[in-house]
Amino acid sequence: MQGVGPAVCLGRDIDTDLIIAGRYLRTKDRSVWAEHAFEDLDPALAGRLRGSVIVAGRNMGCGSSREQAVVALREAGVVGVVAESFARIFFRNAVNVGLPVIEASVACTDGARIAFDLDAGWVEVDGERYPARPLSPKMVAILRAGGLAPYWRSC
Amino acid sequence: MSTLSEQILGAPAGTYVDREVDIAFAHDGTGVLAREALREMGVERLPHPERLRLIFDHIVPANTGTTATLQAELREYARVSGIELSDAGGGICHQVMSEGVVLPGTIVVGADSHTCTLGAFGAFATGVGATDMAAVWASGATWFRVPETIAVNLSGRLSGAAEPKDVALAYVAKLGMEGATYRALEFAGDGAATISMDGRLTLCNMAVETGAKTGMFYADPVTVRYLVDYGVAPSPQVPEDCCYERTVDIDLGGIVPLVAVPHRVDTVREAEEVAGTHLDQVFVGTCTNGRYEDLARFARIVRGKKVAVRTVVVPASRAVLSRAIATGVLADIVDAGCMVAPPGCGPCLGAHAGVLGEGEVCLSTANRNFKNRMGVGGEIYLSSVATAAASAIAGEITVPEVA
Repeated sequence: MQGVGPAVCLGRDIDTDLIIAGRYLRTKDRSVWAEHAFEDLDPALAGRLRGSVIVAGRNMGCGSSREQAVVALREAGVVGVVAESFARIFFRNAVNVGLPVIEASVACTDGARIAFDLDAGWVEVDGERYPARPLSPKMVAILRAGGLAPYWRSC
Repeated sequence: MSTLSEQILGAPAGTYVDREVDIAFAHDGTGVLAREALREMGVERLPHPERLRLIFDHIVPANTGTTATLQAELREYARVSGIELSDAGGGICHQVMSEGVVLPGTIVVGADSHTCTLGAFGAFATGVGATDMAAVWASGATWFRVPETIAVNLSGRLSGAAEPKDVALAYVAKLGMEGATYRALEFAGDGAATISMDGRLTLCNMAVETGAKTGMFYADPVTVRYLVDYGVAPSPQVPEDCCYERTVDIDLGGIVPLVAVPHRVDTVREAEEVAGTHLDQVFVGTCTNGRYEDLARFARIVRGKKVAVRTVVVPASRAVLSRAIATGVLADIVDAGCMVAPPGCGPCLGAHAGVLGEGEVCLSTANRNFKNRMGVGGEIYLSSVATAAASAIAGEITVPEVA
């Protein structure tokens, strides 16, 4: 499973409150979460997400278990999230909603061309390849199905 | 020889296991999404509704028509599916589950990151997302990676004005916000026996702030005495001589009142260093510090005085509120000029009941001080209940006096 897009660089310890604030959680309209993604970090960021690959530092997605955080990114059109490390609930949530997550340590420049291959376990930044921690075959299968719900239906 | 996680999950650290869960709960926020995911999964009949709970706590009572409608739909789903509902006013999910429901040795998942709180009973309790919860609803089981364990070795006993929250802030500062990612924390050592159940729940609650999957105490006579009051008589758990990934030592006798300053939970100072910081609000409550012992401690300090700053107190559950009424603790709090809100999460997640304005500063007994969490432009300091009480009276961050 592969993906490619321009980098949106973020720092370390990006918490799920910053990804989608508590005041926007009480709705089933997913477009609300996409529209307000990262609003408290940088209100302009949501407009740059479609087709991008987020590149974050350590402990990406720490804090609340809110699944709206990963759904917001998926609905905003994020192709995948590369981070040096992930908070565990965010990581599991991302796989469950079909948002590719790639654990790798890469230097990030906004707009750099990021490509990744989940099966082979690598990330490329402007053509330079870095190793990524491989996902379990089941996680890749869930991602390929588009998330745990479609995967469940297909089993 | 095994860690407590390995004993309960029945496999060595690093192994992936599928396990039936004993109890699974979601709240009014995550429950809505779990219901949606279940619909997408095409599952109609739940095999084990008796293991499941829905607990309304995050925005109670509902703040808007939209919230009320979402809660009404979930309430109706609980009725038709046979899931036991704790409706608005019953209290915070982790507190409700701590009132005689979660038992030592059980496997518990909650669709809330602070589910680690319940490890205080010697259960394996961890937070999951809404889709994972839907899968538990659909099957009664889920997968786990058995975590490596970091021991937090407690020695001595608390003294002066320090309380379990200060110990929690101390270990979060020591480990850092990702220092225990994917790990379990085991609170052990001769100091563990000196911490009450309410205090243990506070300590385990903040495990996730270090990235940990759970925080755990071995069930001991303190646990047994607590659960006997709920009509349950569990056996104590026996620690095995096992291998920890590493050990962090905390001398309880050396703990002083601490404060986490904006905007990181692991940026912790002695309360003394930030004393004098102006406050616009004090908030006492949450799954960290809204228990009876907390309210009683707060009341002892504010009794007969008046708070100098807007102060919101939120009991963690109806049982806590009821006991605080019966013992006069609540009257002391109200007479001191505090507002008391219905049992639940209160303003902790910035949705209602005490949200901060631009530039406002709040001292809170909660577990998170992330940027803008309680309102855009608001600043959150985290402290113990005693520090919150002394500060509420002074109107600025104040080191509590020795009780």
